[in-house]
Amino acid sequence: MAKKNPAKAPAAPKKVEELMTGTTVFNVPMPADLKALKGMSPIVIKQPYQIDYIHSYGQDSPFFAGLSNGKLLGTKCRKCDYTWANPRLACTHCGRETEWVEIPQSGRVHTFTTCYFGGEEFLKETPFHLVLVEFDGVDTLFLSRLIGPVEPEEIRIGMKVKAKFRRNSQLKPSDVYFVPAE
Amino acid sequence: MRPVYMVSGGVSKFAKARPDATFQKMVKESFDYAMKDVPKLKLSMIDGSVASYFSDHFTRQLMAGIMAVDYLGLCPKPNKRIEGGGATGGLCFQAGWEAIASGRMNVCAAFGFETMSHVPTWKGNEFIALASDVNFDYPIGGFYSGYYAMMVNRHMHEFGTTVEQLAMVSVKNHMNAYGNPYAQKRRKLTIADVRNSDMVAYPLTLLDICVMSDGAATCILADEETAFKLTDRPVKITGVGTGTDMMRMADRPHGEVLLAPNEKKSDYRKLKYPGVHSFRAGRSAGLQAYKMAGITDPLKQIDFVELHDAYTSSEIQTYEDLALCKYGEGGKFVEEGYPFMPQIDYGMKLPKKGTLPVNPSGGLIACGHPVGATGLMQAVFAFWQIQGSIKKHYGDGELQLKKADRGLIHSHAGTGTYVTVSIMERGW
Ligand SMILES: [Zn+2]
Repeated sequence: MAKKNPAKAPAAPKKVEELMTGTTVFNVPMPADLKALKGMSPIVIKQPYQIDYIHSYGQDSPFFAGLSNGKLLGTKCRKCDYTWANPRLACTHCGRETEWVEIPQSGRVHTFTTCYFGGEEFLKETPFHLVLVEFDGVDTLFLSRLIGPVEPEEIRIGMKVKAKFRRNSQLKPSDVYFVPAE
Repeated sequence: MRPVYMVSGGVSKFAKARPDATFQKMVKESFDYAMKDVPKLKLSMIDGSVASYFSDHFTRQLMAGIMAVDYLGLCPKPNKRIEGGGATGGLCFQAGWEAIASGRMNVCAAFGFETMSHVPTWKGNEFIALASDVNFDYPIGGFYSGYYAMMVNRHMHEFGTTVEQLAMVSVKNHMNAYGNPYAQKRRKLTIADVRNSDMVAYPLTLLDICVMSDGAATCILADEETAFKLTDRPVKITGVGTGTDMMRMADRPHGEVLLAPNEKKSDYRKLKYPGVHSFRAGRSAGLQAYKMAGITDPLKQIDFVELHDAYTSSEIQTYEDLALCKYGEGGKFVEEGYPFMPQIDYGMKLPKKGTLPVNPSGGLIACGHPVGATGLMQAVFAFWQIQGSIKKHYGDGELQLKKADRGLIHSHAGTGTYVTVSIMERGW
């Protein structure tokens, strides 16, 4: 059984979280006898590391343009009759160039989870539900968030879901999310 | 191709953090241990090395491989870095095998490390999630435990696997590690303990998931002539296989099963494969290695397995990929006791206990998972099992299997993106 949703019922922490804050030290003690150096404790410092990248979506850019216009764009290989929900401009089966197609905005939950923890960037958004959505006429699945249900027990494999789009596009795949459609 | 042998190995004790040592020193600890175990091996006899570490983000030092090489005294001999996510260590082991099999080297040191303590756990999870597609998958909430939770939910839906069966894997591996002094977590647990620990990603709890570690491991590989000069108990590597699959698990096909020699098409009439419930790369790697080693019935022909249990669920999925049981029977396989050690009391009724011990060392869940070292650590633990030298290296022989002539090691990346399988056998 799942434990109670921690966001609803916050528990007292079981341990103290390590902090990345501290005091700046400008000097450390040094023994007079160099033989004592091998018994010295390690010096541990904080090293910040922050970068802004100029990242291009390249040939996949139309997918993101689609999201900001309320469309889900995938690609299709006419020769193999195979459609990808996430675009792939070269067919993985025959190597030919694929074509852009619009994919349905309604589908079903193929599988799901509820994340109570996450990578640091998403920790503040927990708990959240991840779903892989399956669509009629599309050969691959689509990773997205499911908004609406509170507990994982409210989500069911096979459940009908439909796409919703952020009004203000972030030009990220999270511009689209799914909600229950039943 | 020339036959390849493993002649020695060493592991630094895996720990949550090793502030007392840089990665070079951790590698040297494992390397020195391996050198000491075969006193006839001199540094001058090593023709070159291969280095593995997974993440430039964790290490924050490009070309770290060469810094370990110069610390070990292996300049100006050949070296290169091997990287492939969670399978980095397994790929490195096979790169060492290639160096010997091709005749390029007679003795090769394959070493690996990871220093994961340099960032807090949740930042570490963010770094690991960068090994998922950063255009389409990562921004949705990149978190590997979430990805594996989705896969096991589908496995449960498809085959009826239960959370108690997952928990049994955790109990087994933590209990095995109780006898392994190298392990990071040595705990006696019950199924209830596993289920009552914090939920991380439904249905996986904290005790279903491996932890981050600092650590290093080294394997020394040699050609046949040199191997028998160095030791009277070399272990022969008789099969290697490497499989791959689409980076985005959403892109995996829903087609037909890659059949193992002990399976028929009619076994899987309705199954869409691999979907997100199975690892096609693992099956592919296993089949290649089995073919090379002449294995047609792995459950009968293999004595033990060290596999990549980053999650209890992936251990169960991997039983099936390796054809230790049919697809869909992984949950039953653990429930009936097949992968448990014969000599250990787990406090559970296990009718088939000891049939094919899996992760006698405690696996990643209990030993820890310093990514670049993990696949090599498995090779070292398997090497000691086959040699019959567990007591010598663990200081206690409780985990020594009576029959350990042939072992399988398995290293796994991403959501099943790179997988390596290598077969190791008694060579004397
Ligand atoms: Zn095609």
